[in-house]
Amino acid sequence: MADVLIYLETAHGEGGAALKKPAAEVATAGRALADAAGGKLVALVTGALSPEGTLGRHGVDEVLHVDGEAYGHHVLAAQCAALEAAIADVQPGVVLLAATVLGKELAAYAAGRTGRALVSDATAVALEGDGVVATKPKYAGKAIATVVTNGPSIVSLRPNAIPPAEAPRDAATRALAVTPGDTRVRLRDVEAAGEKKLELTEADRIVSGGRGMGGPEHWNEILDLAGALGAAHGASRAVVDAGWRPHAEQVGQTGKTVSPKLYVACGISGAIQHLAGMSSSKVIVAVNKDPEAPIFKVADYGIVGDVHDVLPMLTEAAKGFLDG
Amino acid sequence: MKIIVCVKRVVDTETRVKIAPDGAGIDLGGVQFITAPYDEMAVEKAIQLRDAAGEGSVTVVTVGPAAATKELRTALAMGADAAVHAVVEERLGPNATAAALKQVLDGREYDMILCGKQATDEDDAAVGPLLAAALDLPCVAFVHGLEVEGTTAVATREIDGQAERLEVDLPAVFTAQKGLAEARYPGLKGIMAAKKKPLETVEVSTDGTGGCTVRSLELPPARDAMVAIEPTPEGMQALLTALRNDKKVL
Repeated sequence: MADVLIYLETAHGEGGAALKKPAAEVATAGRALADAAGGKLVALVTGALSPEGTLGRHGVDEVLHVDGEAYGHHVLAAQCAALEAAIADVQPGVVLLAATVLGKELAAYAAGRTGRALVSDATAVALEGDGVVATKPKYAGKAIATVVTNGPSIVSLRPNAIPPAEAPRDAATRALAVTPGDTRVRLRDVEAAGEKKLELTEADRIVSGGRGMGGPEHWNEILDLAGALGAAHGASRAVVDAGWRPHAEQVGQTGKTVSPKLYVACGISGAIQHLAGMSSSKVIVAVNKDPEAPIFKVADYGIVGDVHDVLPMLTEAAKGFLDG
Repeated sequence: MKIIVCVKRVVDTETRVKIAPDGAGIDLGGVQFITAPYDEMAVEKAIQLRDAAGEGSVTVVTVGPAAATKELRTALAMGADAAVHAVVEERLGPNATAAALKQVLDGREYDMILCGKQATDEDDAAVGPLLAAALDLPCVAFVHGLEVEGTTAVATREIDGQAERLEVDLPAVFTAQKGLAEARYPGLKGIMAAKKKPLETVEVSTDGTGGCTVRSLELPPARDAMVAIEPTPEGMQALLTALRNDKKVL
């Protein structure tokens, strides 16, 4: 029971398969648990890729690799079959994976299939007794819970919560043969028009716009600043409800809860449900013309001014600053 | 098209959270309750799918306190046909909630089960997939599009900015992401009609936590005081310098 198993999500795209960004964070968390338990850290990867180099760097002792036709695209039943096979092989006390969209789905489905206790979207995890003790935000971050499990557990870890650390290992690869039989869900197609982009919940930096932007025609100011800062872009609920921006960009309690290293809120007043979704960001910069706006209560840096003046100014400065 | 929708009574998303004296939950004094917003979207979508099919039924199910009758009546007023209430006063973890829902659903007929992607209190995003696993059904979580083509459903969801479409053999479990449907406000006619619709109460046995217990609940740490930045080019330079040198985020 002393070994730790991590599941690392693969992104499939034009350029082939690659591990997703939170892999190093999950490996780092797994290494700490394996050290505490005096066990091995085993990583499960699926699909056509050979990630030993990356994984060894962050402390993985062994890589279990499942490949085959069913793993050319992420489908839940196939991924879960691989995870169940790896759990049977490794008999880990704890299974860790990233709390991405697909990760949360897999964590819960696998917990149900294997009867393991589940902690979803944890920001820290440690061993305790037969299970784990973990912290996890509730109410979109308005409160932070400490939860404990008894016995074998599955824990999904919020992206950006755990800083990756180096801990070089050999990470020898072992093939694991899994033939998933459940084909009740099949990929029909992936929208070709949409440009592949980083999930908001996984982004290091986010620039978000609110109703104070004045209208969708001003969104180039958000996109330009995001481009200059190498950031993803989001929106407030008011903006999404008004139809200015797509649902997928909404940050807040009824959208996505994010905790990037840098969050820049532009023309966002700071409704409770928006603050809940972003106030665990490491650094918050707010731009708003109303000095009384609630967003300034959570901001580290506040700029009182017109977004249409400040954003282009900040974009220009950022271009020079980051190139130089 | 027989559709089951699982809903949860949660505190309003506008609530300012205070910690209860037991240190493991929130203070519910003066708090307003609502149907979890994503669950409401699932109810709306179910009604739309039933109406598009021209036949079938929408049954809303909750595992929750006696007071959750209010949320079930709201769903009936929106247009659901029947409601089932498993009365459980204690707070259940996700595994235990899914186990309780399974007991409610065993022996019932359905083509599809819809849940919200997550309840806006626990934020686990887990009950839908856990329930699917318990019932040995296929599952697609976080869908913003859902259509039925005979005995197959086509679910759309966004992964890394790209929309993927999945074909799913029914019966299956889906969880609602924003965009799936916009919940209607029940009209007076709906509210009156809801009073006459069947609301069944059932008993379930629960083992409480399902292997995961909350030891304590705290407010997030207070943030540092804000530094004001002048809206000038010099101010922007000062900000970027601070973000790089002091905060190390650039």
